[in-house]
Amino acid sequence: KGSNEESAPSVSANSIKITDITQDGETLTFAITSQKSSSSAGVCVFRTYEDFDWLQQSLLSQEDVPGLLGVIFPPLPGKPLPSTSFTQAKALKQFGFLALGDEWKIYCKALELYLQQVAAHTTLSKSKALSSFFSSTESPGKHRGKKGIFKRLSHVMEEMRKEGHKDVDKFFQSERDSCTHLSVLFKVSTEKFLDTVLTKQKLAVACGHFSTSLHLVCNHDNPAAVTFSKICLKLSDIIEAVKVNFEKVSDNDVSSMGLALDLESRYQEAKKEMLFRRTCKLVELEAANRNSERAKPNKKAIMEGVQKATQKEFNLISSVAKKEIEQYHRARVSVLRDFLVSWCEKQLSTAQETSALFSQHLEACRGFVV
Amino acid sequence: MSFSSVRNPPPFLDSEDQEPEYDTRELDSDDGEDIFTGSGNKLFAATPPETDPTTDIFSEEGSFTVEKNHPPAKTNGVQSDEELDLFAEATVELTLTTPNSRGRKEIIGPTGPLSTTMSTQNSLHMHNSLNKPLEELEEEESGDTFELNIAVTNPEKMGDGMNAYMTYKVSTQTTLPAFHIKTFSVRRRFSDFLGLYEKLSVKHHLMGCIIPPPPQKSVVGMTKVKVGKEDPSSAEFVEKRRAALERYLQRVVAHPALLQDSDVQEFLEREELPRAVNTQALSGSGFLKMINKASDAVNKMTIKMNESDNWFESKLQEVENEEQLLRRLHASVDSLVNHRKEMCINTAMFAKSVAMLGSSEENSALSRALSQLAEVEDKLEQLHQEQAFSDFFILTELLADYVRLLGAVRGCFEQRMKAWQRWQEAQATLQKKREAEAKLLWANKPDKLQQAKEDLTEWEAKVGQCERDFERISSTLRKEVHRFEKEKCRDFKHHIVKYLESLLRSQHRVVKCWEAFLPEAKAIV
Repeated sequence: KGSNEESAPSVSANSIKITDITQDGETLTFAITSQKSSSSAGVCVFRTYEDFDWLQQSLLSQEDVPGLLGVIFPPLPGKPLPSTSFTQAKALKQFGFLALGDEWKIYCKALELYLQQVAAHTTLSKSKALSSFFSSTESPGKHRGKKGIFKRLSHVMEEMRKEGHKDVDKFFQSERDSCTHLSVLFKVSTEKFLDTVLTKQKLAVACGHFSTSLHLVCNHDNPAAVTFSKICLKLSDIIEAVKVNFEKVSDNDVSSMGLALDLESRYQEAKKEMLFRRTCKLVELEAANRNSERAKPNKKAIMEGVQKATQKEFNLISSVAKKEIEQYHRARVSVLRDFLVSWCEKQLSTAQETSALFSQHLEACRGFVV
Repeated sequence: MSFSSVRNPPPFLDSEDQEPEYDTRELDSDDGEDIFTGSGNKLFAATPPETDPTTDIFSEEGSFTVEKNHPPAKTNGVQSDEELDLFAEATVELTLTTPNSRGRKEIIGPTGPLSTTMSTQNSLHMHNSLNKPLEELEEEESGDTFELNIAVTNPEKMGDGMNAYMTYKVSTQTTLPAFHIKTFSVRRRFSDFLGLYEKLSVKHHLMGCIIPPPPQKSVVGMTKVKVGKEDPSSAEFVEKRRAALERYLQRVVAHPALLQDSDVQEFLEREELPRAVNTQALSGSGFLKMINKASDAVNKMTIKMNESDNWFESKLQEVENEEQLLRRLHASVDSLVNHRKEMCINTAMFAKSVAMLGSSEENSALSRALSQLAEVEDKLEQLHQEQAFSDFFILTELLADYVRLLGAVRGCFEQRMKAWQRWQEAQATLQKKREAEAKLLWANKPDKLQQAKEDLTEWEAKVGQCERDFERISSTLRKEVHRFEKEKCRDFKHHIVKYLESLLRSQHRVVKCWEAFLPEAKAIV
């Protein structure tokens, strides 16, 4: 039946956590805990990426949600491929920041955010597929449902032409323009930030080499040699501290700012897609208008019917879209703020720790008698 | 050691209001090497140089104490007061004079800015030179204490095109009686420095002494400078060379025997030096080739010295091992420096992209925060740049210097081996002469016998001389190695402390950057 009007108790978005990930060959399984908003009892389910994909497709293909085309769908991260089949470089290209971090930590966070966003969405949270995702003991992805029927943005010339189609509404036209512009800028920023993170990791590795080489200076033949060895070991410890600092700093980068940029980029894509769907509908509407005008008398009634229906759909989509865009702007600023604050706090804390550590080393070195 | 307690970096360096534009300060209290861009720190105007020429702006760390009977402490390079005038509007520090407990004037001042002919924008001038600690207090008490500070500054390009060359100002400040005046400076070019080394390395009485090798020649580097490319890399090259020349001279005068050498004193004092020729052999690779060729030749002769103790043999092995190790370390740090430079570039690009985001962002608080973030990243980029210079000038160059110094040590061992050879050969010749004399005795040829006897006397004297030479080289070498090893420990410790100080300074500034950004991020609604 799949009716969305059943008042099934919905999952509390804040309670959703991905608590574990296991890898079996090429398959990754995620352990997800959640609570219904009505109870404090926790539920844990195990899902693979197929299940997530099923969820997203189900959401996209809901039939009786008015103006569904106007919804900005929370973006699902791409399918993870375990490192056995991917080189680091490929993974970076495909997933950017989500490929970094120990053991899929960042990727899991992105998936978790996806679920939270779906569960928090006024329309999507009511979907039966969602509650089934969180409660069904069986893996829901096993039953492959309908694929989303919506056009995805592709680079086919036809699509490009439609994307540039002039809008009838100033609000939407300006949204489309700024979306295009901003998404390019965010992509660039994300790339540049990724470059800085990768360089920090290289620096950490270089420090590691240097630190290890210093250990090779160990000669105990005479007092001066012993002293020199000790000095080199001290330097080795210092370089090690520098290395650890780089690792922490880049971890902080990846887990806050990196994730934020990645999320922002993907969400902008989702918004772009929604606007494109609406534009396509506009093109369809304008075609229906023309058909209706030019229709021969025997077809006129049918054409007018089509025109009316299309107009109604378009209006519905536009009104949903407008609300969605306003919600998007609010949420986006709030999310970015949280990530920026968290990033700043983490970096500040790391910098203070490292400062204290260097201070200790300095005291020790100054006091070192040669 | 008095010096470490009297260091007082001027307060403004820690001030939060400062833009991270630091001028070139002396070692431990300075931060970076930002060039005098003129957008200087107006809070502190340069104090005009004092009229008394002897109260020069030499850093207190430069206090180089020369013990009459003990090996001297080190020098430090600093600026003479004339430089202050050139940079009156630039970020220049206060001239502080703080008398220390011993009543000597400790002076802290700016160091080594580039001459105004080099107008580059990049921060590249690094804190220069060694800062070797003073000699133990007890020793100071016993002997007469003298000071000698050396600075190499003010690179200037002379001439045009491919005949162009750089000259450097060599400033000396000293209380040693051997010098006629207390403060003086001369201009020298690179070949003069090489020439000095050449003169010292052939002196008989300096055999066995570890003579510091000069910096390496670089055809590529110099060509760029000659051609007149005023870009960051050629400015960097000149600065690298200036710093290297300074360290070279400081090591030379730190050696008790070399300090007393007339050629060294002439180098420091004399207005015009005759052009040094034959410095080709002493170009960097040439120098090392010379050493390596010598050791190959020696090895080929399979000299097996009869050592009474195997100290020399095992020490030479140690030296060779250490040289290899330091080479590796040098390569490691070099790679670190390159990554840091890459970091600078990447951070700058990220900062730009964030700035563009900030200006396109519609939400005003978010837009402001993003612009702030761009500035934070710019500051971080600057810190990376400075840290790269720290890495380079404090660690990389230290290691490079010691690789060359260890090469020089090996050279001394080879000198000793050659001396031994000469002794053996003299003994062999003496033996032949003895046999010849014996033969003549038998053959009963009195006139030839006289000649033979004279020959014998001559060669007995020669053998005696060779033996004394060998003994002397051996004992000198032993003492030198001990001195060198102690020196090396002090040097490394000193540089590590410097390095840590630069790391700590950097970290403090990073903390400040994030502290400043946090309220901006929180202000986003």
